[in-house]
Amino acid sequence: MSNTGLYIHVPFCAKKCAYCDFYSGSYSRKDSDDYTDAVIRNLRHYAAESLTADTVYFGGGTPSLLSGEQLKKIMDEINRGFTLSPDAEVTLEANPSTLTPEKLKSIHEAGVNRLSIGVQSMSDSELKFLGRNHTAERAAKAVTDAQDSGFSNISCDLMIGLPGQTPDSVYSSIDALSRLDIQHISAYILKVENGTPFDCDEVRSLLPDDEETSDLYLAMVNTMEAHGFMQYEVSNFAKSGFESRHNCRYWKCEDYIGIGPSAHSCHGGKRFAVESNTREFIESPVQNITITDDSPCGFEEYAMLRLRLKEGLDLRRVPEHRLDIEKKLPQLMREGYINYENDIVSLTAKGFLMSNSVIEYLIF
Amino acid sequence: MANEKIRNFCIIAHIDHGKSTLADRILEKTETVAIRDMEDQLLDNMDIERERGITIKARAVRLKYTAKDGEDYIFNLIDTPGHVDFNYEVSRSLAACEGAILVVDASQGIEAQTLANTYLAIEHDLEVVPVVNKIDLPSADPERVCTEVENVIGIPAMDAPKISAKMGINIEEVLERIVTDIPAPKGDTQKPLKALIFDSYYDSYKGVIIYVRVKEGTVRVGDNIRLMATGAVFNVVEAGFMDANSLVNNGSLEAGEVGYIAASIKSIGDTQVGDTVTNDDEPCDEPLPGYRKVNPMVFSGIYPADGAKYGDLREALEKLQLNDASLSFEPETSVALGFGFRCGFLGLLHMEIIQERLEREYNLDLITTAPSVIYKVTMTNGEVQYIDNPTNYPDPALIQTAEEPMVKASILSPSEFVGNIMELCQDRRGIFKDMKYLDDTRVELHYELPLNEIVYDFFDVLKSRTRGYASFDYEMLGYTPSKLVKLDILLNGDVVDALSFIIHTDKAYSRARKIAEKLKENIPRQLFEVPIQAAIGGKIIARETVKAMRKDVLAKCYGGDITRKKKLLEKQKEGKKRMRQLGTVEVPQEAFMSVLKLDS
Repeated sequence: MSNTGLYIHVPFCAKKCAYCDFYSGSYSRKDSDDYTDAVIRNLRHYAAESLTADTVYFGGGTPSLLSGEQLKKIMDEINRGFTLSPDAEVTLEANPSTLTPEKLKSIHEAGVNRLSIGVQSMSDSELKFLGRNHTAERAAKAVTDAQDSGFSNISCDLMIGLPGQTPDSVYSSIDALSRLDIQHISAYILKVENGTPFDCDEVRSLLPDDEETSDLYLAMVNTMEAHGFMQYEVSNFAKSGFESRHNCRYWKCEDYIGIGPSAHSCHGGKRFAVESNTREFIESPVQNITITDDSPCGFEEYAMLRLRLKEGLDLRRVPEHRLDIEKKLPQLMREGYINYENDIVSLTAKGFLMSNSVIEYLIF
Repeated sequence: MANEKIRNFCIIAHIDHGKSTLADRILEKTETVAIRDMEDQLLDNMDIERERGITIKARAVRLKYTAKDGEDYIFNLIDTPGHVDFNYEVSRSLAACEGAILVVDASQGIEAQTLANTYLAIEHDLEVVPVVNKIDLPSADPERVCTEVENVIGIPAMDAPKISAKMGINIEEVLERIVTDIPAPKGDTQKPLKALIFDSYYDSYKGVIIYVRVKEGTVRVGDNIRLMATGAVFNVVEAGFMDANSLVNNGSLEAGEVGYIAASIKSIGDTQVGDTVTNDDEPCDEPLPGYRKVNPMVFSGIYPADGAKYGDLREALEKLQLNDASLSFEPETSVALGFGFRCGFLGLLHMEIIQERLEREYNLDLITTAPSVIYKVTMTNGEVQYIDNPTNYPDPALIQTAEEPMVKASILSPSEFVGNIMELCQDRRGIFKDMKYLDDTRVELHYELPLNEIVYDFFDVLKSRTRGYASFDYEMLGYTPSKLVKLDILLNGDVVDALSFIIHTDKAYSRARKIAEKLKENIPRQLFEVPIQAAIGGKIIARETVKAMRKDVLAKCYGGDITRKKKLLEKQKEGKKRMRQLGTVEVPQEAFMSVLKLDS
């Protein structure tokens, strides 16, 4: 019996954020019911494999648009078709404005034990730029209500590289979140994705340049660590023991099954993706998948993912590439991009900022 | 056909003064080409020629004209290259004619090139028939231009035909002048064969086709001919003339005629322009005067941007050489650029044309090194070396004297720009010789200039400083001692051989600074800082730094779409393949090219 993680993609949003290119569409109660049924059908499809799930992750979209009842139906099906570990990490991504005390209670009762709240910033002007429909105060309220409802593992998202953002405002946001006694922060650098409403000169002209963004990132990493949030991945920081177990599956080439439109899987020795089409997902007896890689986790992929993690790449695990890699290390160390200790190569904060180039240089 | 009914002539004109258009009108009027078959500027059949409005290779066409006297005449129109790089070819084309039509733009007057070619025609005893073109333009001033022709060239011009080739005005008058003013060819058909090669090209079915002017004797199909400079002997398969679109095998060519010979000749190297064709069984006593072998003056390394295309580049050069004996190339290797060829050209335009043809006709993406001239270096042990590649420049300690080639330059310009021109020529180490006024508004300046000062961008800069009005022509003068140094460019501490060049000491500092700046602009920021240095010997004289890039990260990594992430990385890696990897430094193709375009 093997272990896996379940990723459920919830493709609904009350309002699409102008910077977001994840797959989602508008919400209706009817669609969300049909969607829930389709998720259940697909979970059943895997039942025959007798898998143990030790992480479940509701991502989106806005998973918190699902009702407690719908979430419960899905969790019940997971319990029926899989062995859910007693200490399973069950995460739900949530928009602060959807998190009423009642909602939080029903989510918790459904079996969700970790929340990833899309706070993005604790500065109202930055939130306004992002077009979020909540304020810093509303976000803080969502966190404390969640804690009152029994959640003791809460992550908040933070965005850096915003217009007018300074190392001080980044400090303030992190400090404010830290005071709320949360366990985890994901901090992403805003990237203008092609085809999103942000993909225009007016927005680009407002954004800090690469130099400024780099400074913000480095200030952010320092502030995080000063507040006890230790970096464990390019964009992820946690209090000790609160690293996202589900996300670590991605970075450690472990098994995961994705259900829902646009969801990705790495399961049974293959990577595959579900068509980004909610209607099709709802109507198909089993979701349509496309294999994207039939021999995943080769050296390049393994090294690429490992180097995104603070724990780094253990060269003893890649003996046939060791010599090639070691030759390149001195210059990278001189430049302050990496650390190399006990056979393990790991990126510094400066190295994470240049991770594409550093990784490409090391593995190709 | 009796000789007195033949007229052999060429057209001399400055670029854009309407040579090709006039040629087209003549072809049309003589009904050589049905009007519906006319393509504008028929004689220029290479794409590049048509676009640049210049003629690269000489060509000849035979036309039939019924004159007002009721007689039928044969016209042989020999098209000549208009550019100084092809000066020798021009002189051979002129030697094939008895007359030249001088086309002058009715608003712009005489230009340097026209003047040089007209003098050349007069030297060859050609009858020059001036024609004033573009009289339809509002700015046309035919009277002034006629006066200028009389004053400057010293030939009567007041009754010159005033025409518009574009509008087809007064073309008949030009045709009549050809009949009345240009003498018929002389020559004895019974004497031993003596024919001048003025052009040749390679035909994949017939082998080399040589264009000749028969001066004496007769050549017939079946004859054994000897090319006197090379000594090669061939059997004539075809002899005839060219109509506008094809070769017409006539079986023979006689003294006075212009035509072609096909003799299953495999290599164009055997058919040197200027050489004399004679009969192998009954040879003439001595060849026609004026033959010389053409030597390349300007050299440059040509490399495929994609190293895998080396074979394609070789093949393309070989094919171009079939038609262009003046192009030389030999393999060379560069640490920076890999495998390529050192190519020799007659001049700058010739170089540009070859590069453009390689890129356009053979679809090659090229990296070209800075053009170099041939330096003459006398070593301390007395040995003399000719250096056309800066990489091979000897250790200065072993050099006794270094010499560089000089040219005699002639510049024609409206007088208001004289100050600008003098400044430019002085800046290019020019030695002022003389200046004379052609009329109230136009001057001719003579300078001696080092060839290496004009191989980069002299003409471009001259044009921009004279709002496009100046024209420029040069001829080789020989070598003069000079204070030369080899300037090396280092990236990350390593010399990049493809960027080295030889330069006069006084110019080294400013050039070094400019190159370092250009490279800084054109080398993208990357993982590691890139120090750029320029050095003479071991001494660094300029320095710039491309700072390391700071941010290159995919921050977002969830939803588990690892395949996309990996592909992005692979794509980034692919993108860098288009750059040259020099140690850890990635240098884009543009960086190599940018140093060729230093603004002055």
